[in-house]
Amino acid sequence: MSVSVQQADFDIGAEIDALLAGRTDVGAVATFSGLVRDINDGSGVHAMTLEHYPGMTEAALEDIVAQARSRWDILAVRVIHRVGTLQPADRIVLVIVAGSHRGEAFAACEFIMDYLKTRAPFWKREDTPEGSRWVDARDSDDSAAQRWMQQG
Amino acid sequence: MKIKVLYFAALREALGSSGETLELPAGVTTLAGVRALIANRGGDWDRLAQMKNLRAAVNQRMAEPETAIADGDEVAFFPPVTGG
Repeated sequence: MSVSVQQADFDIGAEIDALLAGRTDVGAVATFSGLVRDINDGSGVHAMTLEHYPGMTEAALEDIVAQARSRWDILAVRVIHRVGTLQPADRIVLVIVAGSHRGEAFAACEFIMDYLKTRAPFWKREDTPEGSRWVDARDSDDSAAQRWMQQG
Repeated sequence: MKIKVLYFAALREALGSSGETLELPAGVTTLAGVRALIANRGGDWDRLAQMKNLRAAVNQRMAEPETAIADGDEVAFFPPVTGG
C-alpha cells in the first residue's frame, strides 16, 4: 500500500507513523506535501478539480516509486495523491521517503515529485472569477524531470 | 481488430466524449495510425491532429506514435499531465 489515489484528505503525521511502525533502521524521513494555492497565473482560484486515469495513475505512481527504489538505497516510501474537487489550502499530494540517511531521502523525495508531475496522468482544472480553465503543463516541470535523466 | 479508446481532461471536453470502442480497418497497426483515423473524421475530432503536445498511452503505459496496436488494446489520448 505504498501508493494511494483518493478523494479523502490525509493526516501527514499519521502517515509517517504508519510508514515507520515497527522499524528501528530509519535515520531520516523526508516529506513533501503540495497544497492548493488561491492564485495561479494572475487569477484567483476558488476551487480546483483533479481528474485522473483510474488504473494507469496508480500503475504510473508504483513505477515512479520503483525507479526511486532502484536509484537510492531507501527503506520505505508512501505516496498519496488526491482527486476530485479541492479548495485553496487543501492538501493535494504527499510523498514520504524514509532512509538510513538524509541524502538519499531528500533526493528520492524530490525525484518522485519531479517524475510524478510529468508522468502520472492527473489533470487540474481551476475555477476562477473568469470561469473554469484547464491548467497548462509547465516547461519547468519537464526540465525538472529531465535533469534526473542527465544524472543517469 | 477492435480496440477501446479513452479521452481525458480538456480533450474529453472538446470532443464531448470520454471514450468509444473502435473497429480498426486493415492497415491501421500503430498509435499514429489510430490517431489519424480518428482525426480524419473531421469537425472536433480534428483536434487530435492539431494538438501538438498530445500524449497517449497504450494499455495504461505511456506510448509513442510508432507503438504497435493489437486487438483488445486500451488506447488513451490526453493533454500533458498537470498533477502534483
